[in-house]
Amino acid sequence: MNSSSTSVRWVAAQGLSRLHWQKKLGQGLLIAIGMIFFVLVLVLPVAAVLTEALRRGLSPYFEALLAVDTLAALKLTMLVVAIVVPIQTAFGLAAAWAIGKFSFRGKRTLITLIDLPFSVSPVVAGLIYVLLFGAQGLWGSWLLAHNIRIIFALPGMLLATLFVTFPFVVRQLLPLMEAQGKDKEEAALMLGASGWQTFFFVTLPGIRWALLHGMVLCAARAMGEFGAVSVVSGHIRGATNTLPLHVEILYNEYQFVAAFAAASLLLILSLFTLALKNYFAQKLPENGEGVVFHGH
Amino acid sequence: MDIKLFNISKTYAKERVLHQVNLNIRSGQFLSLLGPSGCGKTTLLRIMAGLENFEGGQVLFAGQDTANWTLKERRVGFVFQHYALFKHMRVAENVSFGLRMLPRRERPSSKLIGERTQELLRLVQLDGLGERWPHQLSGGQRQRVALARALAIEPRILLLDEPFGALDAKVRRELRLWLRSLQKQLAITTVLVTHDQDEAFEMSDHVVLLNQGRIEQEGSPQELMDEPASPFAANFLSLKPVRSSRRLQSFGEGLQ
Repeated sequence: MNSSSTSVRWVAAQGLSRLHWQKKLGQGLLIAIGMIFFVLVLVLPVAAVLTEALRRGLSPYFEALLAVDTLAALKLTMLVVAIVVPIQTAFGLAAAWAIGKFSFRGKRTLITLIDLPFSVSPVVAGLIYVLLFGAQGLWGSWLLAHNIRIIFALPGMLLATLFVTFPFVVRQLLPLMEAQGKDKEEAALMLGASGWQTFFFVTLPGIRWALLHGMVLCAARAMGEFGAVSVVSGHIRGATNTLPLHVEILYNEYQFVAAFAAASLLLILSLFTLALKNYFAQKLPENGEGVVFHGH
Repeated sequence: MDIKLFNISKTYAKERVLHQVNLNIRSGQFLSLLGPSGCGKTTLLRIMAGLENFEGGQVLFAGQDTANWTLKERRVGFVFQHYALFKHMRVAENVSFGLRMLPRRERPSSKLIGERTQELLRLVQLDGLGERWPHQLSGGQRQRVALARALAIEPRILLLDEPFGALDAKVRRELRLWLRSLQKQLAITTVLVTHDQDEAFEMSDHVVLLNQGRIEQEGSPQELMDEPASPFAANFLSLKPVRSSRRLQSFGEGLQ
């Protein structure tokens, strides 16, 4: 009796430990698949960019980086970011405010439209602007007559970048604005604050981390955008070449070290924005207070 | 300051929520708007505050039409159910907000603002908690911060939108007795929105019972309890028979 119960227990323990091992194995397998995929798809390409860039040593690498055209491309990329991010910030704030705090007809449609750039291919976005502003385009002859250059010039590249970066700031702010409600703004206004005071002292501090998060995402996309900008830029070296376009040109010309050096520059920029983004994302829960602590 | 509402109507998405409501609030009175959810009491309060527009009719503050007044010009102290404190400001900064937002030539010196803030914190019994953050306070404490913040601008009227709704029963009871005595001390015209008849009866000079956007009955708590004017009033006011007997008792004590 005693021994049989012991053996039952032993068998049960065996069964349990087998279950336990199966579970462990399953977990291990899933993690391994995940890691292999991660290494293949993310780590290897990044490492390849760096090794290709440094294949001939450090000095050709820096030489390629400091080439006039590469520096011009970097400058243009930064210029595009410096113009696009403030515009999207202002627009994102206004749109998220209007959509999050008020209800009006066509609100759902507006939200859908804001997401449009996510689903439209960037190349198509670029083509839209060529169709509108290009020499053969809708307003092309008028623009030509007044000597205004949009396509194959900075304005066109800005428009294309604006199109693809449209949703980023709004999408970060909207859920927060909706969750926070209007109480605090109403309280501030009744306490005598002006509209601007209410915005700067009450609304903005409540959304600042989400706003910065959205701005970083927007900047990252503006730096990296290829398709839309490619269509409208005309690839004029030193004039309308952003970094991603420059990488392609160099690569097509078999200047591999230069191409990968420029690519590594983009990579460094994106790692930097990723770090920033993580920092702001960490700060986000602070905003949640507005929702979480409502109870008491 | 006395408030008069004439013929106030309001429609939300084609649904009438207020039907030609008339109301007189005497200066220094504590008035409760009582009724089930959806009866229009909060909308009426928000109309008084200037937060909602309405169709036809007038809202008079001390006999003057407020139609074109800004929120600032109304100088209304408003307390929200969920406090609406500014989470990124300390308690003292919350309380002094209204004073700090004044244009430079009207604004008191920062020393004066500091003193006034301390005074208000003492008034709501939150002495020494000025440096705390709102999330470090209990619900009852937060609501008292909200009250101090509303009082800082020396409001002409105090509007309370279910201020105890998010608090537990014990705190709620303590706070309403305390608030009632504070209101008497300050002699400030006060309108309370609530769905809890105990709360309304215990605190108010005058109770207005609302049902589906109309005033069903109004009068002193005693009048409403003694003579409910309609089946709705009788039904709504006797929802909790056990507690109402206790309420009668406490009224008896109050009369002695």
